Amino acid sequence: MKARDLAELAGRNLREALLRNSLTTLGIGVGVASLVAMLSLGVGLQNLAQDRLARTGLFDAVFVTPKSAFAEMGQVSRAARDQIVTPLDEDARKRLAQLPNVVAVYPDIRFPTEIHYDGKPYATVVTGVAPYSRNDGTFDGMHGNFFSGADANEAILQIDLAKQLSDQPDSLIGKDVILRYAERRPLPASETSQSPNTGKPQTANGNPSPSNSEGEDSQDQGFSIVTKELTLRVVGIIETEPAGGFGAFGRGGLLIPLQAAETLRAAQSNDLRDLLRGTARRNTYESLTVRVNDPQRVKDVEDAVKKLDFGAFSLIDASRSLSLVFAVFDLFLGIFGSLALVVASLGIINTLVMAILERRREIGILKALGAGDRDVRRLFFVEAGAMGLLGGILGVAIGWLIGHAINFGTNVYLRGRQLPSISVTAVPWWMVALAIIFSILVSLAAGIYPAARAARLDPVEALRYE
Amino acid sequence: MGTTNNSISATAIRVEHVTRHYQMGATVVRAANDVNMRIRTGEFVALLGSSGSGKSTLLNLMAGLDRPTSGAIFAHDRNLAEMNSQELAQHRSHTIGIVFQAFNLLPRMTLEENVELPLRLAEVNRAERTARVREAVERVRLGTRLTHRPTELSGGEQQRAALARALVNRPTILLADEPTGNLDSATGDEIMLLLKEINENLGMTIVMVTHERPRAERFAHRMIVMKDGKVVSDEPKQS
Ligand SMILES: Nc1ncnc2c1ncn2[C@@H]1O[C@H](COP(=O)(O)OP(=O)(O)OP(=O)(O)O)[C@@H](O)[C@H]1O
Ligand SMILES: [Mg+2]
Repeated sequence: MKARDLAELAGRNLREALLRNSLTTLGIGVGVASLVAMLSLGVGLQNLAQDRLARTGLFDAVFVTPKSAFAEMGQVSRAARDQIVTPLDEDARKRLAQLPNVVAVYPDIRFPTEIHYDGKPYATVVTGVAPYSRNDGTFDGMHGNFFSGADANEAILQIDLAKQLSDQPDSLIGKDVILRYAERRPLPASETSQSPNTGKPQTANGNPSPSNSEGEDSQDQGFSIVTKELTLRVVGIIETEPAGGFGAFGRGGLLIPLQAAETLRAAQSNDLRDLLRGTARRNTYESLTVRVNDPQRVKDVEDAVKKLDFGAFSLIDASRSLSLVFAVFDLFLGIFGSLALVVASLGIINTLVMAILERRREIGILKALGAGDRDVRRLFFVEAGAMGLLGGILGVAIGWLIGHAINFGTNVYLRGRQLPSISVTAVPWWMVALAIIFSILVSLAAGIYPAARAARLDPVEALRYE
Repeated sequence: MGTTNNSISATAIRVEHVTRHYQMGATVVRAANDVNMRIRTGEFVALLGSSGSGKSTLLNLMAGLDRPTSGAIFAHDRNLAEMNSQELAQHRSHTIGIVFQAFNLLPRMTLEENVELPLRLAEVNRAERTARVREAVERVRLGTRLTHRPTELSGGEQQRAALARALVNRPTILLADEPTGNLDSATGDEIMLLLKEINENLGMTIVMVTHERPRAERFAHRMIVMKDGKVVSDEPKQS
């Protein structure tokens, strides 16, 4: 029999026992829906976890140091070091920024300082925040606003610091705090060697001039420490400080734009070290954080950085191990979801076996008129497959609705707690296709026994006159 | 094989030492017991005998709906006993047309759809089907009842529809198992006349089971009588 005739006859048969076949199809639909709901929860939670993980800033970053930086801790002689090291300077920063898949390159700037608010001093740590962080979600859920510009004299307070400053932390937004910092000033003797042509762009903009960019060609032996003040407007308050990279595990209380912080890096640790050694490598960074557009690409970027003759370090791609965890999680959800489908497939077997009993005579007639065993078998398969297809579509629709209901319920709960809304379920297109195909396959499998039984039916027996 | 027969006396069906046994617990029912016969192309044969004599059994074997326990059945020199189930289906589809006492129309299909069914199974082109259905339905004079369902037809009309369905794929052999058994005598005669017409006009070989001897004498060329699974007499019609 041709496919179209088969389909027509199957359709006719399905319509003849409409109620029973509809209920069977609904059963499959519920089975598929439970599977889709389970899997969409699994996938949604995985997406959520991966998203959150990405926002920690730990897994899409490569931490770059001068090559011998770690050996430096040991006994490598200074002379050897100076020969080997490709300096991690402004030029290196540019080259790193040009590597494929790199989104941003910035130094980790962090130094202890003292701020004054309402006439009282507070000790805290200043952290530079890259403009890149604005959109990567790390600042979602903060109160107030992100910095208005890359070098704005603005600050975001970490909540613990804000609580020290005021009983009502939110009231601090819009207020000014005064940052007190130490600036390194070359002694007048070397003043002449100061030339503006080597100055970093950040030195403009009316910010305090960066200590490290000055005295490019001069000897380091003479400078003085000058205490300066900078007024910062509080624009936002954040619960936890987002990690900016590997150097960022210490808590920063006062977050300021990275550019402003670079300008201010007056008391960075390496300055002190250089000071002690008396060999400051000016214009070089102790470390740089390289942001990668995709956690999966971190390894590639790390290798590329090493090729540039720098030390590179990254956390293993956590999303990969997360995927494994979720694969197991999804497997279990899938098994539980499939149970309903297995029950539904028993419904198909039952319905089709009943159909054989009812259609005994009809099957006998078909055979007498020239139908082969194969035609009869196919007819039953098509009927089973059609119920599977319809049930699958129905199930995906129901499952999708259940997913949305879960999302809705979750977000109502979160809103009640003043938390930002999230998406805990997801129904990607591949899941739709997979669910429908799975539904058809399960239905066809359920049709194997009834179809074989129908095909085996003895026409003489079936047609015996009653 | 069989090429020695010329077309005039060509054999439509040859039955050789056919037995069909049914095992009923410890006892064996011999529904057909060493049956031999040769039915020529274009013959109209009546198969007579009392109830349980094995008429239907033999007809079903000829139709390829059943297989003999032993022996050989040739339809146009092809041995049904050696065919696989798919080949038997082809035989039923292309060589045999069959009608039953109980009409056996599909109740939810219209007359037209019922008659079209063998064409679907034989994978005949859609374009050709309509014409063939119409031709078959005209032959049994039901041209105005195409969209009626079996329940909307009289018994005689239903049997005519079944006849149209048996003819629609242009078989060479028509098998009828008591086609008039459910009909009154006038309506039965109508069916018999149609069968005669089909036999004469189309040259179709007909084997008809009946237990009404007068009818058989009136319409058939030849009468084969069975008893206890055996042929007890085989006589041409006296005219
Ligand atoms: N499936 C079966 N199992 C056991 N015995 C059977 C079976 N089919 C037929 N028989 C037996 O075979 C014998 C012949 O049956 P068959 O149907 O061929 O008779 P018949 O000549 O057509 O009778 P009727 O005129 O009543 O239709 C009967 O005795 C019957 O009981
Ligand atoms: Mg009978």
